[in-house]
Amino acid sequence: MATELKSGKVHVQATINGEIVDVLAEPRESLLEVLRDHLELTGAKEGCNNGNCGACNVIMDGRLVNSCCVLGVEAAGATIETIEGVASPAGLHPLQDAFLENAALQCGVCTPGFIVAAKALLDENPNPTEYDVRWWLAGNLCRCTGYDKIVRAVLDAAERVRAEA
Amino acid sequence: MRAIQYAAPTTVDDAVSILAEHGPRARMLAGGTDIIVQVREDARDADVLVDAKHIPELTSLTVDADGVTTLGAAVPCYELYNDAQFAAAYPAIVDAARIIGSTGIQGRASVGGNLCNSGPAGDTIPALIVHTAACNISGPGGARQVAVEDFCTAPGRNVLGNGELLVSLTLPAPSAGSGSHYLRFIPRNEMDIAVVGAGAFLQLDGDTISAARVALAAVAPTPLFVREAGDALVGAPADEASFAAAADLARSAASPIDDMRGTVAHRKQLSYVLTQRALRGAAARAQGGSPSNGH
Repeated sequence: MATELKSGKVHVQATINGEIVDVLAEPRESLLEVLRDHLELTGAKEGCNNGNCGACNVIMDGRLVNSCCVLGVEAAGATIETIEGVASPAGLHPLQDAFLENAALQCGVCTPGFIVAAKALLDENPNPTEYDVRWWLAGNLCRCTGYDKIVRAVLDAAERVRAEA
Repeated sequence: MRAIQYAAPTTVDDAVSILAEHGPRARMLAGGTDIIVQVREDARDADVLVDAKHIPELTSLTVDADGVTTLGAAVPCYELYNDAQFAAAYPAIVDAARIIGSTGIQGRASVGGNLCNSGPAGDTIPALIVHTAACNISGPGGARQVAVEDFCTAPGRNVLGNGELLVSLTLPAPSAGSGSHYLRFIPRNEMDIAVVGAGAFLQLDGDTISAARVALAAVAPTPLFVREAGDALVGAPADEASFAAAADLARSAASPIDDMRGTVAHRKQLSYVLTQRALRGAAARAQGGSPSNGH
């Protein structure tokens, strides 16, 4: 049977922050647009819209991705974690605490992307070196902090995550 | 983005029939990190995207009993550097997969997509060439195989005809005493496009080179296989004098342009320096070590 070409509104079901979500997405809409415009998950930001800045980072099936470079329809059946799912009812994630305590943000536009990207790193490697952190976060741009406080916050959070483990 | 149609075929034949029906307006969608941005920015006149990621032949990475690897065209970069067997067998390809874009890009972007994007600076392409990779192409007329060095024809263009797609890449079995390395020059440490890139493969028999391949990125309209540099190394000792002679040939083969990333003179010199370093790194790996300039 020939594969159907989809256009107009396409039904997409995905698991987002632990919840099964149904949404109608046009093929031209990015995952970022679907999250922000249809699901009101506006934590992920549109910075460059071409994969350079990382402000739209989400974790898709366990991998860090730029949601501006994924179509919403490609998310069918995927498990997605956004910044809105990082904190728990019990409180902030250690990364969020560490970002606050280390003053690792100023204007805050890049922060959701940095925290999601850093979470993807700590999920994979809870004991990163400074080099690991800088390399992993090279795809996240910040125009305020100069990065140093962000790197310190991630290393601090890694210590907290290891202490909790 | 303009209105587009999206298809998610589960067989190569189905993908071929969609591509054949819609002609150049249809493009395969692997990781999407190039094509989605190109369609959004009207840099590619396409309005049918055919998702590669539901077709088993495009998403699998397999090794047969003889050690020959088949790399599906849509396998993302991160799968390669997290696969110890692949990383040991084809280190230059992994060098390239680690430096394409960011962690987030590598979570989606594939080697096959990098090849089909056919940019002169595509980092994985010289790495594939030095590993003697072959493209497995399917189309309305059946299947055919093309060497990676013959795949790209001009910036953004390749040999894929109407209805054809890249299914996978075949990589020869690794052999003991071989090593490879890919590196590039960029003005910062990461997240940039190569000013020049160089890949090298060496097969050593003791201290003597028994096979060698060299390829460059960003010094010609397509990634460039410098056959004569590899040929000159065969039978020579794996030492600095041999590497310098081969690097000289690479510099002569380079025919770069001046642009915002670098000048002709700079790129010619980089072709020499990076070829030397790629050869040193390949030799170090062939002898069981690692490149001193690698991370």
